Amino acid sequence: MSAALNEAPNCPRRYPAKPTDVYLFGTCVLDLFDPEAGVSVVSLLEREGIRVHYPQDQTCCGQPAYTSGFPDQARAVAARQLPLFAGDWPIVVPSGSCGGMMRHHWPRLFADDPALLPLATSIAERVLELSEFLLHVVKPRWPRAGAAERVVLHTSCSARREMNTHLSARALLAQLPNLEVVLQDHEAECCGFGGAFSVKHPELSAAIASDKVDALEATAATRMVSADGGCLLNLNGTLQKRGSALRGEHLASFLWQRTQAPA
Amino acid sequence: MSAPLARQRILARLRAAPPQDIPAPTLPLAPMPASDEIRLDQFRRGIEAFHAEVIDARQRTWQTVLAEVCAAKRIGTLMLPPADLADLNPWPGGPRLSRFDRPIEMHKAELFDAIDAGLTIADGAIADTGTLIQADPRRMPRTLSLVPPIHICLLDPRCIYPSLQGALAATPWKQAMPSNLIFISGPSKTADIQQTMAYGAHGPRELIVLLTAGT
Amino acid sequence: MNAPTPIRFHANVRGVLANPVLRASFRGAMDFLMARRAAQFPAADAFEALRAQGEQIRQHSLARLPELLETLEANLQRNGIQVHWAETPLQACRLIIDLATRAGGDLVVKGKSMVSEEIELNHALEAAGIGALESDMGEYIVQLAGEKPSHIIMPAIHKTKEDIARLFADKVPGVDYTDSVDELIQIGRRVLRDKFRDTRVGLSGVNIAVAETGTLCLVENEGNGRMCTTVPDVHIAITGIEKVVARLEHVPPLLTLLTRSATGQAATTYFNWISGPRRAGELDGPREVHLVLLDNGRSGAYADIRLRATLQCIRCGACMNHCPVYARIGGHAYGTTYPGPIGQIVSPHMLGLEATQDLVTASSLCGACGEVCPVKIPIPDLLLQLRQQSQGNAAAPLLPGAGRGRKALQSISYQLFAWLYARPALYRLFSFVATRLRAFTPARQGVWTGSRAPLRPAARSLHERMKSRAGESCA
Repeated sequence: MSAALNEAPNCPRRYPAKPTDVYLFGTCVLDLFDPEAGVSVVSLLEREGIRVHYPQDQTCCGQPAYTSGFPDQARAVAARQLPLFAGDWPIVVPSGSCGGMMRHHWPRLFADDPALLPLATSIAERVLELSEFLLHVVKPRWPRAGAAERVVLHTSCSARREMNTHLSARALLAQLPNLEVVLQDHEAECCGFGGAFSVKHPELSAAIASDKVDALEATAATRMVSADGGCLLNLNGTLQKRGSALRGEHLASFLWQRTQAPA
Repeated sequence: MSAPLARQRILARLRAAPPQDIPAPTLPLAPMPASDEIRLDQFRRGIEAFHAEVIDARQRTWQTVLAEVCAAKRIGTLMLPPADLADLNPWPGGPRLSRFDRPIEMHKAELFDAIDAGLTIADGAIADTGTLIQADPRRMPRTLSLVPPIHICLLDPRCIYPSLQGALAATPWKQAMPSNLIFISGPSKTADIQQTMAYGAHGPRELIVLLTAGT
Repeated sequence: MNAPTPIRFHANVRGVLANPVLRASFRGAMDFLMARRAAQFPAADAFEALRAQGEQIRQHSLARLPELLETLEANLQRNGIQVHWAETPLQACRLIIDLATRAGGDLVVKGKSMVSEEIELNHALEAAGIGALESDMGEYIVQLAGEKPSHIIMPAIHKTKEDIARLFADKVPGVDYTDSVDELIQIGRRVLRDKFRDTRVGLSGVNIAVAETGTLCLVENEGNGRMCTTVPDVHIAITGIEKVVARLEHVPPLLTLLTRSATGQAATTYFNWISGPRRAGELDGPREVHLVLLDNGRSGAYADIRLRATLQCIRCGACMNHCPVYARIGGHAYGTTYPGPIGQIVSPHMLGLEATQDLVTASSLCGACGEVCPVKIPIPDLLLQLRQQSQGNAAAPLLPGAGRGRKALQSISYQLFAWLYARPALYRLFSFVATRLRAFTPARQGVWTGSRAPLRPAARSLHERMKSRAGESCA
């Protein structure tokens, strides 16, 4: 959601070597509404020989309060997450917006807190959005091709403008045989979710979402794929309400299902 | 005249704000001047993209080419700058020549309603944007390039700067700005109605640049 | 009169969203402007280098603002340009009325100036018995229709050519209906040409003011700006105090960023550098040139080092062209002089945060505005700052109206959120209960289900799924 643009967005990130262990920050949206996506992340990484650590005390990055103008409340929530990720492992986040919050806004939230700032900064440096982690660090081999299919990709604004990972998901999907990935009209435009924006300005949010869904449907894709749980809540809710057959799926779920070797 | 104390109060508020130290930007040096040929080519493509016409009159006399332009555009009255182009005399079948040699107050009616074209001399041009420069309102009244429906401008292609930065570096403007420095890139235009481009909004609808080897 | 105001933002939005013709017209116009701009910045690296320069020039200028304003004033005066200062729109209007009256003018012919819109100059002039005529084609159309500009660069972008054809046939004497754009423009040209010739006072805005030379720069395509600043006896320019740069060489990067970001042009038809009235030996040009420097809340934004970045703006309009919200509702719905993302960050310091509380939340924070801003204003970050102020959660310095956006229910919700999500065991209990109650998911969930199916928790949370996996693999 929130895009911090002070960091040079074109500066390419240096990626670590493939690690033996990672943390998973599952996000509050996936926790409650799409745990399958979180489990798929684990399955994908374990298949590549990576141990995934999921601290049970994690809850939320604090973004809802932060973007609504409640930094103290965001800080209170974020402060509880910090010690859970104190090791050296990379932190994989299957969401551009939560990743952006942790990578760009946590250091600002704790800028005046000398006790927590070093940890917040260390976490910020280790946060990797799932698609960039898979593409640049894990470099997975896909054991199974999957059937011919046409999917449409929706990229979140945070992945695009805050994490600068908007090409990662596209590049990953391009590695899969028999898969046609199409882009919708006005591909770079927001889906209209924006967290609290969808509640504060429901008509605007609905109008933007409706146009996005029109564009997604116009591609005649059988599935929509996105690496951001927030956008998926919004777009699937809109698709379902209008009775569309199209549904969006988290990138992790899609990748895992499609490339799972037959049991 | 100002609102009472407005100046002091505004400046005081600004001075009370936290100071910041942000160094002056290091601006890249103006690009190396390309050859005359390349600059002319760039200028020409640029200003033509802005819907101006460029005619190379260097192999002939510019007067001949001007006569052809006046005939082609059916120019009935042509206004000249105050003192320049003193040797331009009326020619058979050519337009009536008028000279902008008195203050505008005495020319207004004619300038706005009776002149088909204004003839000016550019003080130079800018290659990378396709821009003509008029830098001396004493020699070239401001309105001569603005009010008549057609603007014909003589340009010596040896005076084309590579860029605006180049022009700023090569001219004395920094020390002494003219009262009005005018850059012109094409005829007057607007896209204010449904993003549709229309020429001749308030200024000239046609701009014709005659390249000359000196006037 | 029910003119849109920011305090009625929600109602304004509902009105425009219900108008499919208007929506299609905005969408088409924004697509056009985005494509035009994209064609001017083909290489991302070159654009980044240029905007870094633009950003630094603006920040450097703002850092020295009081000193530069004094230098500008001294150099303008040396050039024979009279300088006036105004803290408020009312003061600015009075100054201009005085100047116009002294010039014996009963009409002011105006070039495009958003600051003159900001101070509602036309109303003030009319109240003083002085006519005001907009001469930019878009502004002329909007004035004829009795409206306000809906876009800072393309004021009549909300109108189709058929709208304008009907408007001209109704309002311009002796004009028959024509929807030929060329003919419509020629009608405007004829009407305004007589006014340029005969009016004694011309007014313009300023795009860039250069301190070291005492120069006012104006960018335009139509030639009306040159007319207004050249033909009348008196030229009055008005600008915000933030528009000044130190040196002449600071102009080129800003100029190229401005014209390419605004309308996708490498250069505009005219770039007009004004450094004084008509001098001895010159045959035309105004006899008097005045500059009115307006504060109107800018020094309030300046006082806050975080909000100071709003003053970097060069008014190109690219942020609105790329904004998903602006593209849906256009400029009028904002109810402010400056619409779109830039309006959302400058209106609070001009109008206060009470009137603009719904504007600072009207963004999904998608970041498209910040991405295209030619001087790198971090608009999403500034919206976050303003939201904190609006909710009463920010430290001084504060804008007027800070805290007025605070609503009890929302404050309690976020306190509850913090209480629950900062207690892991409690949170797990909450998610356990929520998942077990999924069968009882309400079909209506407030505004969410207005356009979406209800949110339904999964059968088991990720926490639970991971806990049960932990038995099989690692923790």
